Amino acid sequence: MRHEGKTEARLSRIRGSEPPRRHNARTIAALTSNPGCARRAVLDAAGVDKERLAERVGFPAAFGQSRFAIVRGNAFERQVKADGCAELLRLLRDLLALDLRDAAYTDLGADGSGEGLDARHVAARERLTRAPGGEDGEGNPGGEGNPDGALFDHPLLRLEVAGQAVYLEPDLVAFQHGGAFHVVEIKSFPVIDGQADAEKVAAAAVQSAVYVLALRRLLGRDDAVSHEVVLVCPKDFSNVPVAVRLDVRRQLIVLEHQLARLTRIDTLLDALPDDLALDLGQDGAGTPVMAVDALTAALGRVTARYAPGCLSTCELAFFCRREASGRTAALGIGVREELGGVETVAEALGLAHGTATPDDDQAESAAMLRTTARVYAEALGAMPETPAGGAAG
Amino acid sequence: MSVIGAYARALAVRTGFAQPVASVRHIHLAEAPLVLVPLRMAGEANAPLAAMAGTDELSGTLLVVPQPRDRDLRFAFAGLLGDLLLGYVERCAAAGSEPVKPPRTPRQPAGRPLPDSLLSGSPSSSPGGAGGAAVAAGPEGTAGAADGDLRADEDALAAAEATGPERFLDAPQVLVPNRAGVEFARLFGRSTRFRSTLGEYAVPAGVPLLGRWLTFLAQRAEHPGSSALVAMTEALTLHWATGQSALEDANLAALMAWIDPPDGLSGPEAARLAEDPRTWPPAGPTTDPQFDNRVLAPAIAAYDEAIALLREQAGLAGAPDPLLADPDVIDSRFRAADLGAARVWPGAPDAPVQSWLRARDEVERAVRGQIEPTWRLMWRAVRRLRELPDAASVPRRWEQDRTRFTSYYAYLRDEDGGLPQARRDGAVAAARRLAVLERELAAYEADQAFDDPLVLANQRVTGDAFVGTVVAAERDRRIANERGTLVTRPLVEVVTVDPVRLPIGTKVCSPARVGQTGVIMSLEPAADGLLVSLELSGGMGRAKVPPPGSVPDMDEVISYTSVLPDGAFSAALPAPEDTPWTHGGPPTPYEPTDGDAEETWA
Ligand code: SF4
Repeated sequence: MRHEGKTEARLSRIRGSEPPRRHNARTIAALTSNPGCARRAVLDAAGVDKERLAERVGFPAAFGQSRFAIVRGNAFERQVKADGCAELLRLLRDLLALDLRDAAYTDLGADGSGEGLDARHVAARERLTRAPGGEDGEGNPGGEGNPDGALFDHPLLRLEVAGQAVYLEPDLVAFQHGGAFHVVEIKSFPVIDGQADAEKVAAAAVQSAVYVLALRRLLGRDDAVSHEVVLVCPKDFSNVPVAVRLDVRRQLIVLEHQLARLTRIDTLLDALPDDLALDLGQDGAGTPVMAVDALTAALGRVTARYAPGCLSTCELAFFCRREASGRTAALGIGVREELGGVETVAEALGLAHGTATPDDDQAESAAMLRTTARVYAEALGAMPETPAGGAAG
Repeated sequence: MSVIGAYARALAVRTGFAQPVASVRHIHLAEAPLVLVPLRMAGEANAPLAAMAGTDELSGTLLVVPQPRDRDLRFAFAGLLGDLLLGYVERCAAAGSEPVKPPRTPRQPAGRPLPDSLLSGSPSSSPGGAGGAAVAAGPEGTAGAADGDLRADEDALAAAEATGPERFLDAPQVLVPNRAGVEFARLFGRSTRFRSTLGEYAVPAGVPLLGRWLTFLAQRAEHPGSSALVAMTEALTLHWATGQSALEDANLAALMAWIDPPDGLSGPEAARLAEDPRTWPPAGPTTDPQFDNRVLAPAIAAYDEAIALLREQAGLAGAPDPLLADPDVIDSRFRAADLGAARVWPGAPDAPVQSWLRARDEVERAVRGQIEPTWRLMWRAVRRLRELPDAASVPRRWEQDRTRFTSYYAYLRDEDGGLPQARRDGAVAAARRLAVLERELAAYEADQAFDDPLVLANQRVTGDAFVGTVVAAERDRRIANERGTLVTRPLVEVVTVDPVRLPIGTKVCSPARVGQTGVIMSLEPAADGLLVSLELSGGMGRAKVPPPGSVPDMDEVISYTSVLPDGAFSAALPAPEDTPWTHGGPPTPYEPTDGDAEETWA
């Protein structure tokens, strides 16, 4: 416990005068995309606002959401949830074999306007555990007069992320009689002839996995929540919703692994200089606590592990990309492997052109690289004309 | 990522410029391809915002939907785009046709004269030349013919049957900026091909035809080696390697920045600039979110307002709404000023037509600013690609595209035909398609290596191919075959420094002598590398002693590869009507229903 307190203090020192940035399902999901990166692990654990940090050091992220997409997303969700989720209940009846003739629809968020997050979470916990099959409700199906199935809107869940409580709000949670809870996610990308954009489905799967995990922790039992989530999307080109099951077992494994790793953040912290700080705050006079140079230098002290995938998942990507220029990994993991796994482009070309001496364990890749360079130059020599740039070097 | 590709990327990092990974152009490039740059509204499955299309950089047509959520406008847009695409398709079809060689019928009764149409396609007229062995019936007899039969997959046979004796000389080639553009074509085709021009939900005539042709093109795009619908980013990365990742290459502007940077800038400098959406709007179909929020959304809102005001005031005057009969899609071929004059609200001369026209102009200007840079970039890329000479097998692959185009064109014209493509393949059709695609991919890759020493270089590094110098040639060597007949089987010895990884007995072929195969007889270490001895057969005529030049000569530098275009065949699949019950049984053929035409568009 004392140990944890020490870690907390350390993380808050790194963050400095700013309040910690709250995680949400999307940022937690992003943790799984480059688990090997210490820089992001530390920044996330400390709750540093990466978007603002990137902006301060001169590499603003290019993320943004179109107003059109937001409007569309909200409209679809509103439609699906209209009339106490009437349309959704019909879909779930088919998909989960819910007997929902008089299904209970409970909105756990609507009346709680004045309540704090904590109170709302407690209320949600109360209500969900009372559902038959919840830890207290076992064998007491008549308890709250719950019918065979139930649908809970706006349940506020909680998940510990690096010692920090994060509140999460899945779109819906459905309960199946004699079975388990299902997380329901409403997304506005279409399912056309039974197929949807793979990237979007993958993102929805990780995000839903975060909710499954949070719900499992709340109910205290893994088998109380199905690893199959329900994805509700517009069908074809219409506004008519369609529900499909999505298996998130794989995502759950990665997520749990990554969360466990975050709680062992002190190992990462031990390797960092004691005075490390990335304070984005301002002093009383409105002057930034840390100058750009100082921030940049501090960032450089935490090891990153840039890969092209960062460009679509992490706010610091442009900064890290610049830092990683000249590294083989910046060209993609496949390229790096083809280049014999060596760290830098200079090193790879050195081996290829015989200007660097390979280590013992590089002998094989060096031979391959030399062949590649020779064969490439030979083949290029056979070309009709050498285009701009040529194969210099 | 191939090893040569990876090495070329490393070189690009060092030099600051893209490096070639091909020395010839492996895709067909039409003299006047149809460049299509589509944009759609973010968050919507089927809301086109705009398209710029045309076969000439200087006369592209810009179509803009001023309110993409309006269903009628979408249909009107689809109709206009349909007319553009159909006009292009018709021009391709009108370019003339050529007789088609029939697929070889193995047991043609001897002595019976062949009809003229069959005779006219003699092997020498095959545009693919020696490489175009698909349906060639060589005099050399069984071996070559068997190969030919295998290569002429059933797709081609079916197509040839459906086509009859003629094949169009030209076919549509549509170029879109990126993979997402291909996907847009597929989805927009899917959303329009089932619509009906009759009944309650009638749409303009061009709409369902647009759907069929977009679907045709999108389906062709799945076939490796097809040039019917091409994503420009993919065409470029097939020929150049940049000093950035494949993910970054998906941005057309950044990719072109490495390949063809503006004067005074290096590739990476230009690429950084190209990534800034304010300098280079994204190549679509999705627009820059900041543009959406700051420019497009207000412009659309202003348009909505102007239209509402117009309708209100005109309505007060009791005038009919001309925009109901003629939905207001912006078409750059008509000037807005003319439009204003033509569309004075009848009976409501005071209606605020000017504010409507201004709002309309504003949407057009905003969208034009986003789409035109990509339009120009597309044509720059076309010019860059055109500098490369055609690869030897390009005409043969393009012939396949022309064949498919001809048969689909005929199908749409056929009295019983013209049904839209089904929503999904049945189990056998899907498996069959996958098998065909796999085979085509293998053949395409083998073709590329055959046509291009830079692609062959990959096989040399992995040990599947080698280049060496002939140090001994026994041209007149004759041995007894299994029937005891003496046959000519020359022996050549090649010294190579390539890391050959081929077992004895491997069949190899040289791009320099298509039709001649070698079998590796021995591999021995030599003073400076490896001595490979090969026994050759085929491609040397029938004389006892092959004529000079038909067999590699002393000191000739020659390449051999074990990756042969005919190398990959998968197990035969049942015909669709024999689909086993485990796979859903025979599929019911696609029958259009009324519901198809009424499918809701949100
Ligand atoms: S962008 Fe940088 S900080 Fe973010 S995950 Fe990648 S390497 Fe780590």
